[in-house]
Amino acid sequence: MPIERVFQGTIDHLQILDKDGNVDTNLEPKLPNELLDKMYRLMVLGRLWDKKCIALQRTGRMYTYPPLEGQEAVTVGATLALGNEDWFIPSYRESFGYYIRGLPLDIINLGWMGVEEGLKLDKKAKSFPYAIPIGTQHTHATGVAYALKLKGERSAVLVCGGDGSTSEGDFHDALNFAGVFQVPCVFLIVNNQWAISVPRKSQTKSETIAQKALGYGFKAIQVDGNDILAVYNTVKEALENARSGSGPFLIEAVTYRIGAHTTADDPKKYRSEEEVNFWRDRDPIKRLKVYLAKKGVWNEDYEAKVNAEAVKIIDDAVQKAETYKQEPKNMFNFLYAKMTKDLENQMKECFEA
Amino acid sequence: MVEAINNCLKQEMDLDKNIVVLGEDVGVDGGVFRVTEGLYEKFGKQRIIDTPLSESGIIGTAIGMATMGIRPVAEIQFQGFEYNAYHQIVQHAARLRNRTRGQFTVPMIVRLPCSGGIRALEHHGESLESIYLHIPGLKVVYPSCPYDAKGLLAAALKDEDTVLYFEPKRLYRAFREEVPEERYEVEIGKAKILREGTDITLISWGAMTFVSKDAIEEASKQNISVEHIDLRTLAPCDWDTIIKSVNKTGRAIIVHEASKTMGFGAEIATRIMENSFLSLEAPVKRVTGWDIQIPYPKLEDYYFPNKERILKEIIKTVNF
Repeated sequence: MPIERVFQGTIDHLQILDKDGNVDTNLEPKLPNELLDKMYRLMVLGRLWDKKCIALQRTGRMYTYPPLEGQEAVTVGATLALGNEDWFIPSYRESFGYYIRGLPLDIINLGWMGVEEGLKLDKKAKSFPYAIPIGTQHTHATGVAYALKLKGERSAVLVCGGDGSTSEGDFHDALNFAGVFQVPCVFLIVNNQWAISVPRKSQTKSETIAQKALGYGFKAIQVDGNDILAVYNTVKEALENARSGSGPFLIEAVTYRIGAHTTADDPKKYRSEEEVNFWRDRDPIKRLKVYLAKKGVWNEDYEAKVNAEAVKIIDDAVQKAETYKQEPKNMFNFLYAKMTKDLENQMKECFEA
Repeated sequence: MVEAINNCLKQEMDLDKNIVVLGEDVGVDGGVFRVTEGLYEKFGKQRIIDTPLSESGIIGTAIGMATMGIRPVAEIQFQGFEYNAYHQIVQHAARLRNRTRGQFTVPMIVRLPCSGGIRALEHHGESLESIYLHIPGLKVVYPSCPYDAKGLLAAALKDEDTVLYFEPKRLYRAFREEVPEERYEVEIGKAKILREGTDITLISWGAMTFVSKDAIEEASKQNISVEHIDLRTLAPCDWDTIIKSVNKTGRAIIVHEASKTMGFGAEIATRIMENSFLSLEAPVKRVTGWDIQIPYPKLEDYYFPNKERILKEIIKTVNF
């Protein structure tokens, strides 16, 4: 046969909870109410914290901050799906995930308040410091996953990056290495449609981002990233498969960044209000709320309680972060395991004045 | 020198199960310079890793490994190809300790076969130490003989920071030297006085230490007493040894293969000026590669500092 098909691939899209909160009963994961309650509380906390951060930035109490609004289902769903022994390697927009991994919220605030100690992440939380350069974290994830495999640990890595990060060479390096080495690494691509002002369609001609994994020899799926049930279930299953030795996997979570890229840009300049409204109608919190109401978990009293609880957590964390006393000498203390003589002299000179 | 590095890797990998080697052709092929020969057979493909062909992928992966307690020895086949991984070294390897205030560290070794003199292709002969010396958070070692090559690598494998390990390709097989079979370390950050002298201090590293020795020998026949310092480590640099020597001799000459402008010689000259100004009898002199791209093999020899150039500048500086 002169012509034969040597490769064929497909990508599925998964949605369990539609935009109005109707569940597909065939796909419904039947999660316990306690977990659904936790999801809801964390999403509300994430959104209110996000609003607080923007307000703090506007009043000069925080520096540049990358808003989360609209993407709460991805951050919350994915981090809740992680096992204690798994590693979480986020991009900067998933910093709220640190809280879910057991790190205090005030530490996260510190990072955005211009204090390096905000990334002094207790290793017990098994969470990497977010990378500010785009996409560089993907290759680190491959290395971490290689280490887990070499040590024979039954755990996996979840690494997050945006749609923009998939244009970086490091993304492709990481997928290629992960495929070749068959390491337990789940790539979660948070496709929020915009890399600052450049839309997803200008980032790649691919129909989906998920299909890029096929080029590196492993499978992928696209999920509705505003559907926390789909995100949670898919990440959980992918991690379990990775732990069991099935190699890497890629999840494209389709979502939307409702706010600006960071507090330093104005999205009105590059996208329409209609587009934003289209996505507001697909809000991740709203649809979980409907689902919970049908289950008898959500009601007005519950909402008030969840909100009040969140406000208290946020206010405490802001207060704690704002009263944090930073040690200026630390900017010299951690360049090397042991400070060089030259740096000692420079430190002395710096603080003499 | 190839054998010394190879011997060290075998010895250390036997002692420390967490050491892995990764890079292009480091496995079955034993490396294009045979530095990793026999390791694949001895330690297997999980620890001697033939990677896909991507420098950024190699270093990024090694960083991830290092944070997890694995000690990667990453080989960049030729230093001229390291630019692709430069962002990983600068933005992550060098910074992680500081930006996490000591929580995440990157104890890894990046082996960089460097500099010219082996009649290789374009992009295969660069001397790029300066672009790393400008970056806080990195260590840079640069052996000039098999003994130091083994000892510095052994020390680097115990070091808690990222160590860039420069291997001057010209010295891989330039001369033979007995190297102890047993394990030993050469302290990182300590220069070595190869020869004591009273008239002038000559500071060099890597292949230029080898070349300078001939010039110094010739100078001694002309009754010029040269104190020769081989830096061995460029970062952190052993400034005390340099300053002490120049205070004694009153003159200094720096020899490096990298091009002149913004080369490490500029920093050394400035430090001498800042610390030994009143001891100086003559301006500090640099003998370096020219400010051109290192030529292809036919013209390569015009580029390097050689015995004649070094000797001429020694005589000029002493007679200033």
